Amino acid sequence: MSQWLPIADIAAKVQAGELQALELVEQALKTIADKQDFQAIIATTAERARERAASIDAAVKNGQPVGRLAGVPFIAKDNFLVFGAQTTAASNILKGFDAPYQSTAIERLEAEGAICVAKANLDAFAHGGSTENSDFFTTKNPHDPTRVPGGSSGGSAAAVVLDMAPFALGTDTGGSIRQPASFTGCVGFKPTYGLVSRSGVVAMASSTDVIGPLARTVDDAALVLDVMAGRDQLDSTTIVRDEQGYVNLSGDLTGKTIGVIKEYMAEGIDDGVKVVISDAIEKMRAAGATIKEISLPSLPLSLAVYYIVVPAEISSNLSRYDGQRYAYSAPDAENLEESFSKTRAEGFGNEAKRRIMIGTYVLSSGYYDAYYRKAQTVRTKLIQEFAQAFADVDFLVGPTAPTTAFKIGENASDPLQMYLADTMTVGPSLVGIPSIVIPAGTSDNLPVGLQIMAAQRHDRPLLTLAKATEEVIA
Amino acid sequence: MTKLSREDVLKLARLARLALDDTEIEAFRKELESVLEYVEQLRDVDTTGLLPTTQVTGLKNVMREDTVIDYGVSRDNLLRLAPAREDDEVKVKRMIG
Repeated sequence: MSQWLPIADIAAKVQAGELQALELVEQALKTIADKQDFQAIIATTAERARERAASIDAAVKNGQPVGRLAGVPFIAKDNFLVFGAQTTAASNILKGFDAPYQSTAIERLEAEGAICVAKANLDAFAHGGSTENSDFFTTKNPHDPTRVPGGSSGGSAAAVVLDMAPFALGTDTGGSIRQPASFTGCVGFKPTYGLVSRSGVVAMASSTDVIGPLARTVDDAALVLDVMAGRDQLDSTTIVRDEQGYVNLSGDLTGKTIGVIKEYMAEGIDDGVKVVISDAIEKMRAAGATIKEISLPSLPLSLAVYYIVVPAEISSNLSRYDGQRYAYSAPDAENLEESFSKTRAEGFGNEAKRRIMIGTYVLSSGYYDAYYRKAQTVRTKLIQEFAQAFADVDFLVGPTAPTTAFKIGENASDPLQMYLADTMTVGPSLVGIPSIVIPAGTSDNLPVGLQIMAAQRHDRPLLTLAKATEEVIA
Repeated sequence: MTKLSREDVLKLARLARLALDDTEIEAFRKELESVLEYVEQLRDVDTTGLLPTTQVTGLKNVMREDTVIDYGVSRDNLLRLAPAREDDEVKVKRMIG
């Protein structure tokens, strides 16, 4: 049972003077302290959170409006630049980095009165699917501390499930919000690419990175999205938001056509996961949806496309960490060349180095056409196949991952094995469509999330359907 | 099958400005080779008539007025992040000569 009311209710009570923002912040900080063994949090922003809470409470006393998220505590993945604590991206190269500005997403949330109380653990630079690649420590799955929470937003997902705050922020480049949501049992939403500004968020792969909420319910996730979504001058890849916004969702499953992705339900998926997903789909059918099987023949290629395009973009985005203008700088470098290469050797973890080198390879002269250009062209094929599918069905469904949460250390020695766990989430990322994961049940007492996708810019219909589905598969 | 040599890895490390020691070079060589072997499967995919995708939004020429926006970041706040600083300048190692 959660200690937090639905987010809209919290804000209404704070505005009405029935709840104090300061009490809510203390409640969050206490839960964070009580649950520290799960290692979900890198640092709290306690001082600044208390200051902001005090000013919100004072404004309420003065009869001033305080915003749609007034007093609502939240936790931000530590790749969001925010005032009040370091932003490390869980990497040694950014240890101690004190952000000179905040991410737009956080600015917008704060403008509506939300209060950031802590920074959550992640795979360093968001490179990973288990949070084991954090340079600091691994987060434990709230359901079983010998297992991973998923990644890379593992800390954020664990924080929500551990009830540290009503919502958390994550990023999703190839599944990093959705897969931990599935592994820990919460709602994780990956919006259409461009819907939420990436300004002030540490970049991983610029053509697929998105920001999104993790929360207990679809309604809560939708409200957080509504506050963050929309064009931003500081991010020219942002798109126009839905005219109706993302709240006041109402609608059911009748008359909706749902495509079950054939390629996701084939081999390589755990029997236990398959059962939960099939049951959920049956419940959707019983609630009035028409279920069809849809084939996306190029989908099995999506992982190969992803592990060419994304490392390429990573290698470009991480070139800024050169030890000259900010962040870690190797103290014993004797010349500029050493300053670059020792800084990066000492500051980056192994996974960052791996991805930088794969990226460098596929972009290098003589290989660019065969790898990078080819991958981007297969990506076009994927986009076309998804578009064709959405001409035929309203939504697509499938599992989020081939398994439930695996044991800590299980995949750590084989990078490729770890990458294969991303099979079911990279497709929507490459294509830029929205995708949500909602809890659908358990297999051997471990959560299984149902993944639902919609066409690009169909975030509102997707959230509406997800809310209806949430009620039906509860 | 992609074969990645030790020299290949050294070249990548140089391009990416990453100092690697001998054990690392061999460990990375094996790992990178296995990943590159996996992604090889795209070679035989028929992509006739298709263009590469570089972005998925479809946006073009996003413009704004050419006026200075103050979004609250001060020069001092940026300069104090520099590992080495002299007055209003970021100090780096010698680049030329």
